[in-house]
Formats: sequence, structure tokens, C-alpha cells
Amino acid sequence: MSIKNKDTILHVQGKSQFIDDQIVPEGTLYAAVVSSSIAHGKILKIDDEEARKINGIVCILTASDVPGQNQIGNIIKDETLLAENDVHYIGQPIAVILATDAFTARKAAKKINIRYEAFPAVFDPREAYKNGSLIAPERTFSCGNIDDAWRKCDVIVEGRVESGGQEHLYLETQGAFAIPMEHGKLKVFSSTQSPTIVQKTIAGILNILMHKIEVDVLRLGGGFGGKEDQATAWACMAALGVWKTGKPVKLVLRRHDDLRMTGKRHPYSSDFKIGLTNDYKIVAYEAMFYQNAGAAADLSTAILERTLFHTTNSYFIPNVKATAASCKTNLPPNTAFRGFGSPQAMFVIESAIHKAAEKMGVDSSIIQHINLLNEGDEFPFGMTYKSKTAHECWDNAQELYHVNEIINEIKVFNEQNSAVKKGMALMPICFGISFTTTFLNQASALVHVYSDGSVGISTAAVEMGQGVNTKIRQTAARVFSIDIERVFIETTNTTRIANTSPTAASSAADLNGNATRIACEQILCRLRTFALEQLKQPDASKIDFRDETIFYNNQPTALTWEILIGQAYINRQNLSAHAHYATPAIFFDRATEKGNAFAYHVCGTAISKVTLDCLRGTYTIDAVKIVHDGGTSINELIDRGQIEGALVQGIGWLTMEEVLYDEAGILLSNTFSAYKIPDIQFTPTDISIHFLESDETNLGVFNSKAIGEPPFMYAIGTYFALINAIKAFNPNVHIKYDAPMTPEKALLSLYSA
Amino acid sequence: MITFILNDQPISTEASPGSVVLDFIRNDAGLKGTKEACREGDCGACTIMVGELIDDDTIEYHSVNSCLLPLGQMNGKHVVTIEGINHAELNPLQQAFVDEGATQCGFCTPGFIMSLTAYFLSSDSINYNDAITAVDGNICRCTGYASIQRAIARVCQLLLKDITGDKLNALISHKIIPTYFKQIPAKLNELNAHNQTDIQPVDISQEIVAGGTDLFVQRPDDLIDKDVRFLSSEPGLTDIWQDDKFCYIGAGVKIETIRNSDIVRKQIPKIDDYFRLFASTPIRNQATLGGNLVNASPIGDTTIFFLALNVRIGIANENEKREFKLKDFYVSYKKLNKKAIDIVEYLKLPLLSSQHKFNFEKVAKRTYLDIASVNSAVSIRADANIIQEVHLSAGGVSPIPLYLAESANYLVGREVNPQTVRGVCRVADAEIAPISDVRGSEIYKRLLLRQLIFAHFINLFPDNVNLESLYRFTENEIH
Ligand SMILES: Cc1cc2nc3c(=O)[nH]c(=O)nc-3n(C[C@H](O)[C@H](O)[C@H](O)COP(=O)(O)OP(=O)(O)OC[C@H]3O[C@@H](n4cnc5c(N)ncnc54)[C@H](O)[C@@H]3O)c2cc1C
Ligand code: FES
Ligand code: FES
Repeated sequence: MSIKNKDTILHVQGKSQFIDDQIVPEGTLYAAVVSSSIAHGKILKIDDEEARKINGIVCILTASDVPGQNQIGNIIKDETLLAENDVHYIGQPIAVILATDAFTARKAAKKINIRYEAFPAVFDPREAYKNGSLIAPERTFSCGNIDDAWRKCDVIVEGRVESGGQEHLYLETQGAFAIPMEHGKLKVFSSTQSPTIVQKTIAGILNILMHKIEVDVLRLGGGFGGKEDQATAWACMAALGVWKTGKPVKLVLRRHDDLRMTGKRHPYSSDFKIGLTNDYKIVAYEAMFYQNAGAAADLSTAILERTLFHTTNSYFIPNVKATAASCKTNLPPNTAFRGFGSPQAMFVIESAIHKAAEKMGVDSSIIQHINLLNEGDEFPFGMTYKSKTAHECWDNAQELYHVNEIINEIKVFNEQNSAVKKGMALMPICFGISFTTTFLNQASALVHVYSDGSVGISTAAVEMGQGVNTKIRQTAARVFSIDIERVFIETTNTTRIANTSPTAASSAADLNGNATRIACEQILCRLRTFALEQLKQPDASKIDFRDETIFYNNQPTALTWEILIGQAYINRQNLSAHAHYATPAIFFDRATEKGNAFAYHVCGTAISKVTLDCLRGTYTIDAVKIVHDGGTSINELIDRGQIEGALVQGIGWLTMEEVLYDEAGILLSNTFSAYKIPDIQFTPTDISIHFLESDETNLGVFNSKAIGEPPFMYAIGTYFALINAIKAFNPNVHIKYDAPMTPEKALLSLYSA
Repeated sequence: MITFILNDQPISTEASPGSVVLDFIRNDAGLKGTKEACREGDCGACTIMVGELIDDDTIEYHSVNSCLLPLGQMNGKHVVTIEGINHAELNPLQQAFVDEGATQCGFCTPGFIMSLTAYFLSSDSINYNDAITAVDGNICRCTGYASIQRAIARVCQLLLKDITGDKLNALISHKIIPTYFKQIPAKLNELNAHNQTDIQPVDISQEIVAGGTDLFVQRPDDLIDKDVRFLSSEPGLTDIWQDDKFCYIGAGVKIETIRNSDIVRKQIPKIDDYFRLFASTPIRNQATLGGNLVNASPIGDTTIFFLALNVRIGIANENEKREFKLKDFYVSYKKLNKKAIDIVEYLKLPLLSSQHKFNFEKVAKRTYLDIASVNSAVSIRADANIIQEVHLSAGGVSPIPLYLAESANYLVGREVNPQTVRGVCRVADAEIAPISDVRGSEIYKRLLLRQLIFAHFINLFPDNVNLESLYRFTENEIH
């Protein structure tokens, strides 16, 4: 049985604490945020007279109250904390109200009147592109010779693909709580995936040194990328409040404000052109991605880069040209979300394959299979694929889940039923593990062994339910060969671990787990030497730590872990270690757009099966059956949970989750009631997961592999399964590759000519 | 002064009756296990149980969303939060969630545990499907639910064997709930003795609150300093009864009560399935029929449902009582044939004969816990396939919940066949005026209503019409 995430014991009893659950000191002030009500324009006047009259208002902060740089842009410095003159999207923060209670703060926020001069606003990325409104220069990844390649193709298909935004809908909304400390220090509790970015940004805002700010993260009530860059602003506002008033300040967004003010997964509009020979080999592929970045850079350029890295998904294509542009529009800055630009890219290539298959009169799976990556194939960015698992997962899935039988079953069912149709599709995935910004691929861990033998560990990893802390606990327990109950993982805190990379890119367990492993090994190394002395034995290589006992020459000695540690302390041994890990051998050159960008790849194959009610346009996802290459899993319970969770989130993105704005840029899907995510009755009836057995080695901890993001992309198969079911009812349908496939789009396609 | 029992402690508070229980629990009582994630009844993170005495020694428990629950309604009740079911050790339900990895970030988890606990306490028998329905108001963004399903299956399996007769004791012995639950009826009786609610006529300045599930979504923060008048405490509004011609449903009856009513089921055998499409279990446990009729949403499910049953609505104020057809209640967008001081008292359904057929259809983005894009209901009395009497309604296609009078007229006297169905769709299409909004575009809503009318006839007259025959007739019409 897998080791349980210790936090879950608290969760089921309602005992785990989130930002809003923390007991606050007396005198704490509560903040509410006033934001722009127009998508683009100039602020003419902020009238706060009415608001100031309200009993309990302490102060109203605007841009002019920022002592340092009014800047929260991380990669590109293009985003103010509080708007100065212009506003660029609805929901852009303009002022922060501090009051003695949250109710009063909200009441006052409503009383602030802002007059604007409105400017024209743009919401469509292609229009922004045409206007030359880009976040950064566009980028192109290419290989082979695309212009020549078209001549070698027997079939060429072109098309356009749209994929929608996605709201993170972490259940815990954004929030932070800041308290003043002596010497002008601040302690900030933040629901962030990026403690150091919060620390650094606050330092800039307040014009103080980073060591004056301690950021502490206990846990997140969900992040999914939405708290990688976009948790920062709220922490900065709370910190600014503390700076101004000397009082603790709590800022927790109500859902409505969170939805309105924060960015989402980037909508993409893309064009593709794909060329194949008659034997279904893809010879050439060209794509142009228009990313809807919103009004500021946020992480858009990094996300755009990952789109380019995953342009060809799990396929080898010799001639590729992929260009991507991050287009600036008047929406809230879109941001990281599980998959980080890769789902959008994979959806385009899968659409291209689907359309080509249709033209060639075969099932997509024929083309998918023939073009799957083989060991030694090169990606368009110059890295070599060094594994066999793309094919192994595909083949395993075929056999294990009897794909041919499923195909037949569906055929027979569809012949016998006219008002209900079934559809299926296969979806292979290949996802690169590492931050594509190389410098982020580092982590450190601080391990203390206390004199009673218990172990306390701090790392840069942020726990948000993904189980990273459990994997780290397991790593330490395994290196020391001790009972896991001896190991405790502390909060993520910038005074214990400096310069943390965000908990993102699926890499937190790899990076922080490896750092922990190294730190534990350092202590272990000292303990070996010490044990040798204690045992008065000569040969260090014969010392062994097994199940809490020290063995010499394969024989248990009288030394247990506890005794050894007790003695080591008395004998003035160093029982702590701080270790740093940097992923070896990765690099990427943005001048040539080539390099060994990833530590390794995660592959897998999913089969999706759906049933479509052709009378009503509604559907069920009946089954998703997966073979996944998870390496040697450290914790199957956790990894299974990550696959199921990512898959269903992906299914949401492709089916019912629809981020809608009106023509003025007002968010229409602005409540839980207007933005639907999968519920327990929509989730697939059957999610089967098989972990591929493989003896390949990789850079994960103990040969495990990263798990957070890759399974999200399995869901793309459900989209094509739905398309196939629609085609079974309406063979004449002109397919628009336009995700999500809402019941509305399904019904309209069923009855379109 | 509001007096109730919170977990195992009697509580008296001066807090505003128009504030919500969630805020009281978290801020006044300092119990942080109940979470806030949407404040509009749509996520379930704030789910608690409320128990009410039904006789001297029996309490009925239900799950409710504390974010929409008026504190003023808690008088004399047992309010149970996650803290109120914790033991020193995990209980089997909690243990199953841990073992199956059914909680990741944990924010949604207390809500799931409370919904399930309420289910175990309130249902006569335990089975997996009903347990899943019990969490139809709980959203989880992390797990994808598969692990939650496994955990639920495991607990159901465990409890299945020996939850019979004395359920309270059985659940106590399984540690699903703590032993103090046994003492609660006596304690509540004691409280209630000092706790008389007096009935007063409606005052114009008062806010009438039934379940509050609509009001607290529309006007959060707004009712806290208002003079609120709770209809739930009024006698007479909360019954379902029948005589030899009519079935009556009081306006204060909860949606879930209608769903489980034997009287209603006799009229509409599939009421249980139809009403499962309405909101979620905790909302149905709180929302009332009257609230749904009066909020006058063009897409209100019970409104559309009952419009097709040709019901009459009874309304009253201090001076007069009136009764008229429900379809005449809706004048224009959110404007009703009703004075501010009028209270809706009941709906009156003519009893259906064996010749009557009824069907209700609802399509939304998500099947459960979602507002319809379009909904529709029909009741038909046909004789030898000739339609004698018909009532047809549709929601989401007009500023008011629509009774399709012309469509009904068209149908009377016609034979049920594909041509008739196709014909009535054309009439209906001319009767409606849908607009594009977050629930769908105009053209979708038009197409969808046609499909739902198809569905009515395919369901009710499978021998006369099927999709293929209808499709053949309509193929050339829609592009
Ligand atoms: C999460 C969620 C999901 C929902 N899903 C659905 C759904 O699927 N389908 C659907 O149709 N609706 C849905 N609703 C809306 C729901 O219909 C209403 O919230 C509910 O029926 C209103 O009942 P209530 O008793 O809570 O009304 P309240 O909020 O108490 O009152 C609503 C209005 O009616 C007035 N009122 C109430 N009773 C009377 C009376 N007897 N006489 C005069 N005036 C009265 C009140 O003064 C108020 O103006 C949903 C709501 C939520 C929060
Ligand atoms: S907070 Fe979401 S249902 Fe109450
Ligand atoms: S565990 Fe995170 S929302 Fe359910």
C-alpha cells in the first residue's frame, strides 16, 4: 500500500489550515480591491469621498502610495500593482481599501467612483497581431526544409483551430496575510506557488531588501498554475498595507473578484498545414499560433515557448516550421495552467492529423501510430528522443484494452442505434520535463536531524495537494532507512530556503526530491564515518542503514538510528545539511532555438470512449483507459490521483468549461454557476490506469517521473471521440476544430449541413 | 436572539438573523473546518448538516450550504459542522477518503464528508448511487472524483451490512457520528420550549425569505442589516396534501420534499428523476417551491414543470385570497401578478388521469447542478392517438417562463405523428424569443427547444414517432 499524504488526515477532519483559517492578531485590517470597470482607458478621477465617510475605513491605497517600483511583472516589467494612469482590462486593480473588517472594506470598495476616458479595446489575438500589438517578438522553431518538403507530399491539408481559455477554479481563492515584524521586517503568509517571486516583488514594491521579507507557505487549496505568478499581487497589496499602517493586513479575494481579476489559461487561435505521403508518413507540418496573452506579459512568453516545444506532440516530423506570437489584448493577463501552453499545441497537431485522416479516409490512429517517436528521433528543437516508451505505451494500450474490440463494439452499436452514437479516439502524449527557462531548474533542501532521531525538512516545494511533501518524506526515509513517521516536512519559507523556483512545470518532486536526497546523503555519509568509529570497525563500505538499525558486514549491530543520532550529537557531529540540486546537462539556446531543453520526456497513450445523445446534444464520457510511463513511481496512490485529476481537468477544458467575455470585455462566466467544471456525475465512469513497466533510467528521484501535467493532455482524445460520434450521426458535418465541445456546439454540429 | 445547538454546544447569539450561518460558524464560533469557496451554493465547500425535531425524540438531518443559510432560521435546530462529527480517531468515512487518496488539496473535503454524513443519517437504506447523488453539490477541482467514488463505494460496502432499524445507534457504533447525537433531541426540546416564534402580517419594509437560496446569491452582504421575515416558520405553507380533485403543494415546501413525496409521485411517477436535475441535494434541501415560482426566472425548473400541469396558484395577504392559473402569474420579465404584501401559499394540481402523459426535459452545459439552457415540460391527454388536451411550457426562450399557448392550440385535435410534431415545432419557434447569453446562443436555444419537443413525443409516443422519422422531415430545415 502506498504511503498516505499526512495532510489528508487533517483535510478529512477540517483541521488543515489555509490562509483564511489562520487566527489573526487583534487589530488586523482587512483589504478589499477596487478594480477597473472598463477594458481600456485613462483614469480621469478616483472619487473616494463617499467611501472615506464609512465608519471603519482606515485608508485607501493607490499607485501613489507605492514607495518603491509599482511593478509586479516578473519576466517582463510591464504590469503595475495598482494602475497609474491607464487601465488595460476589466478587473485591473486600481485601489486597495483597508478597513477594520472585511464587510466594511467591501462596502467601501463599492462606494469608490472612478471616471474614465474610454479607449478602443481589442480582445481577439489575430486582431492584436495585425495591429502589431505583441508582448514580445514572435518566435519560430523549425527543422528540415519546409518549403521543399511540401513537394514531397501526396496529401496536404490546411485548417484553423481554436482552443478556449480555462479558469483555474482552485477552490481556495487567492489570498495573503502580512504582519509587521521588528526592524522593519514583514512576514507574509501567501497562497503562492512561488514564494521567492512574492518576496522579490514585495521588495521592489516597498523598496527594501529581500532579507526583510519572510514569505511562508503552509499549503494551497489548489493552484494548477493559477498561483504561480498571480498570487503575487495580493501579497504585495497586503504588504503595502502593513507598510502604510503598521498593522497586520489580510486580503482574501471573494470568488467573484478572483474570477474577474485573475488571468486564465490562454485561448489560442492557430493555423496549420500538414503534408503526408500516401503511406501516412507526416513529411511536413507548419503551424502559426496566436496566443491571447491578455493585457500584460505575466508568464505568456514562457508558455508560448512551451507551445513551440510541443508542436509535434509524440510524433517525429522531419520538416517543421512553427511560429508563435504572444498577442496583447485587453483581457486580464492570462497565465500558467497545467500543461503550460502544450495542450494548446497538441490540440492543433491532433486536429491536423484528424483532418488529414478524414481526407485520406482512414482513422486518425493509423497516422498517429505510424508517426510515433522512435528512440533516436530528433525534435524540431534539436533534442534527441532517448526512450522507447512512446511506442511501448501505445502497444500496451492496444493489447491491454483490446482496442480493436472497442472499435468493433462501437461500429455495431452505431449501426443499431440512430439517436445515440458512440465514438472513440486514441491520444498519445509526450511531454518534456524541466523548466524551459534553464536557470529555474534548481532547488535546495535543508535537512535537520534532531537529537531524538526525528527529521525536519524544508525545501522550495509548495504543497497544494499534489503530494510533493509526501514524496520528499519518502525520499528522506528511504535514504536514511528509517520509519517515515520520523520525518516531517516544514512549511515552505524563504528564510529557510532562499531563491526558490516556483512549484511548477511538474518538476517540484524531481528538483526538491533530489536536493533532499543529496542533503540526506551528506548527513548519511557523516553518520557512516561516525558509526564506523563507534563500532570500532575498519571498513566504511560495510556499514549499512537498514530499517532503523545500523548493520556491519550484513549483521545488525547494537546501534539503532536513535542511539546513533543521540551519540552523534553528544560527539558534536553535524546533523544538518543544506544541499542544492541543479538538473544536469540541460541547456537551450534561444538564438538558434535549439538545445537539450529537457531532463527527460513523459509518454503515454489514452483511449477515450464517449456516448452522444443525438437528440439533445448531451454526452457522457464513458471511459478513458490509459497506459502511462510514470517511471518507477515513488507513490502510486499519489500518481494515480494526479493522473485522474489532470485528466478530468483536461476533459473539462475540452467539453464544458467555457470562459466567455462579452463585446465590452466583461467576463460573463463570472461565477461558479456560469462557469461549469466536471462534477462527480460527469466524470468518466471508467478511468483505467496502467503504469508502464520500464527499466529505463532518468533524472527523477529514484527513477520516478514527473506526473503533474502530462496526463492533462490525455483528455484531448475525448474531444476527438466526440467529433467521431458526431460524424457517425451526421457524416456531412463540416468540423470546426473549436474547443470546448459544449453541448451547444455538439447539437449545432449534429444538425448542420 | 437566536438559539440553537452548534455541534454539542447550545448557542445563543445576537448576530443578525439576515447573516449567513457560514460567517457565524467561521468568524463568531471560530470553527474553520467549514470552507468558503463560492458563496453561491455552487461548490459545496461550506456544506453542513442541520437537524430538526420531527417528534419528541427524532431529529431529521439534511445537508445544506451554509453560505446561503440564514442564521435566523437556525432557531431550535441542531447545526453540525465537520468539527461536530470528529472523533479522536478518523471515522470510517474519513479513513476511506484518506486510504483512497480522495482528498488532495483538501479544500473541498469537509463538504464531501458532511454531505455523506447527512446522507447516512437521512436515508432509509444505503446504496452507492444514492450516496453519489448526495454529493451532487460538491465540486472538487483536484481529484477528478475517481478516488472519491472509490472511497464512497468502500464506506457504503461497510455500512450496508448493518445499518438497519436503529440507525442512529448503528451510525454511532460505526463512529460515523459521535455519541452526543443521542442527547440532542432532549436538548432541542428544552430549547424549543423557550422558543416561540410569533406570526405577524407582512410589512412592506420586510424582506421575505423562504429558503434564501436565491436572495443570498442575488444580494450577498445585503440582508445582514435588513428586517427579515422567514416564511419557513409559518404554519400551513409546508404541507403537501390532496383531495379528490386536486393535489396541493405548499409554497414553503422544499424541493427535495416534493421529490420524495408519495402524493406527488402518484401523479408524476418519475418526479424523483426529474427533480434530481434541479440544483443539488443541499440546495434542494433548502430551496422552496414558492421561492422558485416568485423569483420568476425564465428558466426556473419547477415553474416550467408545473406550467405544463395546468396548475393554479394560491396567493394571499391579510385582506384577501386569490387563486388563478400559474401561467397568469408571469406578466413580463420578473414582473408578477402579485402585490408586494402577497404571499404565495400553494400550488393546486388537477389530479391526472391514467390517460395523461407527462414529460420534462432539461438540457444544461452540465447535467447536474446547472441552470438549464432550455427546459420544457408537456402533459398530454390523448385518445386513440388523437390529442384531446395538452399543456406545453418552455424556459430559457423568453423573458418569462413560457406557457406555449399557441403550440398547445395547434396540437389539440391532431393525431400524434411526425408531421404533427414537426408542425408544433414550427408554431413553437414563432412563439418564442430567446436571446444569446452565457447559457447559449439564440440559434442554439431555438434548435434545442425543437429537439426537446421531439424528445417529449419520442418519450411519450415511441410507437408513433422516433428521431429518424422526425429527422427525415426536418433535414432540410436547419443549417
Ligand atoms: C446553486 C444553486 C443552484 C440552483 N439550481 C437551480 C435549478 O437547477 N433550477 C432552478 O429552477 N433553480 C435553481 N436555482 C435557483 C432556485 O430556484 C432558487 O434559488 C430557489 O428555488 C428559491 O427558493 P428559496 O426558497 O430559496 O427562495 P428565496 O431566496 O428565499 O426567495 C426568492 C424570492 O422569492 C420570494 N418568496 C419566496 N417564497 C415566497 C412566497 N411563498 N411568497 C412570496 N414571495 C416569496 C422572496 O421574497 C424572494 O424575493 C439554484 C440556486 C442555487 C443557489
Ligand atoms: S461556499 Fe460554495 S456552496 Fe457555499
Ligand atoms: S481536493 Fe482540492 S478541491 Fe477537492
